[in-house]
Amino acid sequence: QKVSVEVLDHLEHLALVDFRDLEGVERLQKAIQFADQLHEVNTDGVEPMDSVLEDRWCLYLRADDVTEGNCTKDLLENAREKVEEYFVAPPGNIPLLKLEERDTFLQGS
Amino acid sequence: LNRRCVEAAVMTGLALNCSINKKSLFDRKHYFYADLPAGYQITQQRVPIAVNGSLSYSLCIGNKMSQMVTKTVRIKQIQLEQDSGKSLHDDTRSQILVDLNRAGVGLMEVVMEPDMCCGEEAAAAVRELQLILQTLGSSQAVMAEGQLRVDANVSVHHPGEPYGVRTEVKNINSIRFLAKAIDYEIQRQIDELENGGTILNETRAFDSKLGCTVPMRDKEGKQDYRFMPEPNLPPLILYDAKSLPANMNHQQVINIDWIRERLPDLPSVKREKLVEQYGILPEHSFTLLNEDGLADFFESVVKQTQMKPKKVIGWILNDLLSYLKQHSLTVKKSPVSSFLLADLLNLLEKKKISSTAAKQVLAELWKGEGKTPLEIVKEQKLELLQDQKELEQICQAVIDGQENEVIMMVPG
Repeated sequence: QKVSVEVLDHLEHLALVDFRDLEGVERLQKAIQFADQLHEVNTDGVEPMDSVLEDRWCLYLRADDVTEGNCTKDLLENAREKVEEYFVAPPGNIPLLKLEERDTFLQGS
Repeated sequence: LNRRCVEAAVMTGLALNCSINKKSLFDRKHYFYADLPAGYQITQQRVPIAVNGSLSYSLCIGNKMSQMVTKTVRIKQIQLEQDSGKSLHDDTRSQILVDLNRAGVGLMEVVMEPDMCCGEEAAAAVRELQLILQTLGSSQAVMAEGQLRVDANVSVHHPGEPYGVRTEVKNINSIRFLAKAIDYEIQRQIDELENGGTILNETRAFDSKLGCTVPMRDKEGKQDYRFMPEPNLPPLILYDAKSLPANMNHQQVINIDWIRERLPDLPSVKREKLVEQYGILPEHSFTLLNEDGLADFFESVVKQTQMKPKKVIGWILNDLLSYLKQHSLTVKKSPVSSFLLADLLNLLEKKKISSTAAKQVLAELWKGEGKTPLEIVKEQKLELLQDQKELEQICQAVIDGQENEVIMMVPG
């Protein structure tokens, strides 16, 4: 089963990855096929595992004490642009161009 | 994970009659926005910390407070999640200013079922939730400061038919605006449908200046959040008296039963106790709890005076409260302390002054000049005369001075 162009476009919007060319798409196909092997295992009645720790160890709970902070200056140095103590960002997400408008989509395909 | 966040969520879950999940999980919710630097928010999408609760609240039917009806809204779940930063829209310069101070701070999201039918019900439910959170100490829940944020999901349908398409309304900054926003949106949807239109499943913002909802910018169509288990947070395990592990560090153990035993009296219980202990009306107890510090003030006055609580409550709710409201003062900032008011009410109770005189003294006390009620009574000569002879003399003098009026009065 091939991955459709619509799905590729959707993935590029969601994850901001660029599949770039046919080779990239094929690599994606192969990755999906590889992962699909999981379906060969019968998991009926088996709870999915989300942690190797299972029920043994619980999450580390830390005390509600302030242990760091007062590093405004250092953090703001990361800002390309700032106003007083705010980071400046564009007015909204700059949308990825629609499929038809993009010329980088699947270059060389 | 911050322990206090978990305790607050458990307390709130218990107060809202929820089942606490002894094992709950954390997930990542992915989306891009300037106030979410990591590109994902940690939340509890699969198994939240508490589920299936209820919140009871009261509504006044009609204009009189004396007719109150109790309603319930089901709580679907409570989940722990991270806050994003705060974004300010600077439309003039076409940019967003982002403040990351609160990014990553723990939040509780309380999800309610669609059991409410209008703005008034939602406002009453949220008000009660606010009081509960404040009583528990889980949150100060001041909406104006963003400590409590409310998003309203609104849909309309004909009776008997399935629920219509819902819209989500954001940017509601007070309980008053919550009621307005919901009622506006209900009417907007009804108008739209009656004109043959359809309702879009969209997010709208409440514009408090115009009193209406508008579609929110940045609507990118249906979002796909690509939920995945949060790799850095293993499952959260909570214990109760039965399942308490023997050799674990106390700091790492949260015992639901221990927390339940230490829950303070919730507002509804406090109201019942006030009614039972002092013989006041249920609607009085609502007003007492609705003003921060007023219930304590009332009880303090009752302790310091011989006047019956049923009479004291009148002075608290009619005189004290209306004065505070007129001058936009909180109970804490009242120029008249419970001690002074009790002092005044004692004079009244001992029949040293009339109730009209008492009101006059109170008006003087509001000035906060430090005089005691007794001093004011003496200054303004407001004492009730007890001497029969003196009273007769005064009456006679009045009658003598008004002979004509007396002659007219006597036949009638």
